[in-house]
Amino acid sequence: MPNDYLLSLPILAAAGWSVLLIILEAMLSRAALTRVFAMLGFALVGGLSVIGFPLQGLAFSEMLRIGGFQHFANIIFCLSGLLVVALSEKYLDDENVHYGEYYIVAFISVVGMMLLAAAANMAILFIGLEMMSIALYVLAGLMRRDVRSNEAAMKYFLLGAFASGLLLYGISLIYGATGELALHKIAIAIQTGSASMLFWIGFGLLITGFLFKISAVPFHQWTPDVYDGSPTPAAAFMSTGAKAAAFSALIVVVTNFSTLLQNSPTWSLVISSIALATMVVGNIAALAQENLKRMLAYSSVAHAGYMLVGIAAATPDGYSGIMFYTLVYTLMNIGAFGVVALLESKENLLLASDYAGLFKHRPMLAGAMAVFMLSLAGVPPLGGFIGKYKVFAAAVDAKLTWLALAGVLASAVSAYYYLRVVYFMFMRDPVGEAISAPATSSLAFALIAVAVVLLGVFPTEILRITDAALKFAQLPTQTGF
Amino acid sequence: MQLELNHYLWLSAFMFTVGVVGVLVRRNAIVIFMCIELMLNAVNLSFIAFSHFMRDIQGQLMVFFVMTVAAAEAAVGLAIVIALFRNKQTVNIDEINILKG
Repeated sequence: MPNDYLLSLPILAAAGWSVLLIILEAMLSRAALTRVFAMLGFALVGGLSVIGFPLQGLAFSEMLRIGGFQHFANIIFCLSGLLVVALSEKYLDDENVHYGEYYIVAFISVVGMMLLAAAANMAILFIGLEMMSIALYVLAGLMRRDVRSNEAAMKYFLLGAFASGLLLYGISLIYGATGELALHKIAIAIQTGSASMLFWIGFGLLITGFLFKISAVPFHQWTPDVYDGSPTPAAAFMSTGAKAAAFSALIVVVTNFSTLLQNSPTWSLVISSIALATMVVGNIAALAQENLKRMLAYSSVAHAGYMLVGIAAATPDGYSGIMFYTLVYTLMNIGAFGVVALLESKENLLLASDYAGLFKHRPMLAGAMAVFMLSLAGVPPLGGFIGKYKVFAAAVDAKLTWLALAGVLASAVSAYYYLRVVYFMFMRDPVGEAISAPATSSLAFALIAVAVVLLGVFPTEILRITDAALKFAQLPTQTGF
Repeated sequence: MQLELNHYLWLSAFMFTVGVVGVLVRRNAIVIFMCIELMLNAVNLSFIAFSHFMRDIQGQLMVFFVMTVAAAEAAVGLAIVIALFRNKQTVNIDEINILKG
């Protein structure tokens, strides 16, 4: 029993810390202080995950599965939360919505993500998903006097709740088909008996719910509207942390059912087609966008497609590639959204052409933005390239060469709209007066950019960690201590 | 007539379908939200039916979590609807269409 507490220490610490933040904000109502404590909390929880990395096992009556995979995912969530909180302040001040609640809700959302990744039971899976999503609805509607933010929150809420309903019905049917809610026991039940029709319908609904959350085609229509209307830092958070969480849960589910899914040609075909459609639709729609926030939203749809290629490959290499990809994506996408958040003011300066000549005024910021754009496009020395390479290589190994080829073509198309931003920043002369932004934040972006470059140049260590981290997630029947 | 598991499951599937169709065809945000609640409660019914007929407690346990989550969701959802209504004086989702492209 004490072992259970030790195993789930990061989650317990995060839950406790969110209560601390609530008390702090209720007693002092000072947003700046809550912000500092939220950042400390993310650093603490991330640190605990690093220290506890080798620990693994099932905790609390086999409700939670903790292993390297979960710890790695926790670090990504905390990194995402930390960066978003660090980059939000100026934006929130500009929009007059600098409430301490923002940080608390973001923190609670991260607790939900951690539960989602650590779920060994459908009940935890559902609670984690909802905890994350409900907090994100609040973040989307944070600017409550702004009709655009209201609309974004409304759309996100209605579609998100609808998706949750589908997912929950899926859980119910799987429960009915197997008599179990624990993932590894469901896996045993469908191995001994054969998977019934009821199970497959339930499984389909469950996966549909996840596809909504990761904004895969054909369930992606909400993404551009929600990212466009939400506060920009919140959009960065949704596109990185929430996506990473939904993917970790998806990996947990498919690895548990791997023996069943490997023998099912339909599953492989369906998930590859969805990955293909997501890559194609995301990239083509992004080509037509003038508004950078919408462009990044469609690009996040496309990136969900690349990550789905790893799921379609259904090999440890593919999953490890996705984990690496989510890490790089978290850095580069928060960087890109952060630069947009820094420069935009009251719905101005959102078009790619507004960035004309940025390099002349703010070379460091423009340089960082260029690194993020090139990395998102998948240009070789950068982190984004290694992520794509890993998932596509896994697809080739899994005899899905056509899918990998389509992915490469799709990312070639994507280079156009990413490079357009770079072109405006470097090749055009500035129009109008200089864009003002605090100098300290340029340094923060430069640091993120350096991290993206380092991940591209020295990926081996991280890839070794992701490979090792997956070992435990691969053993569905292993029981706790 | 004895009520069997299938009766409950068909009722639950019917309620769920009504909810899904309602979400897709209705235009009032509050009504859509009610339809989502209907979906969740249809699921609850199927959980309880499975739980009862399989003599397994986990399904009923799940229902408590679902009810709690639905309550939290209602709180946030209605707050969003109120914020929107204050700014736009409408909850018809066809008129809520600034974000496009």
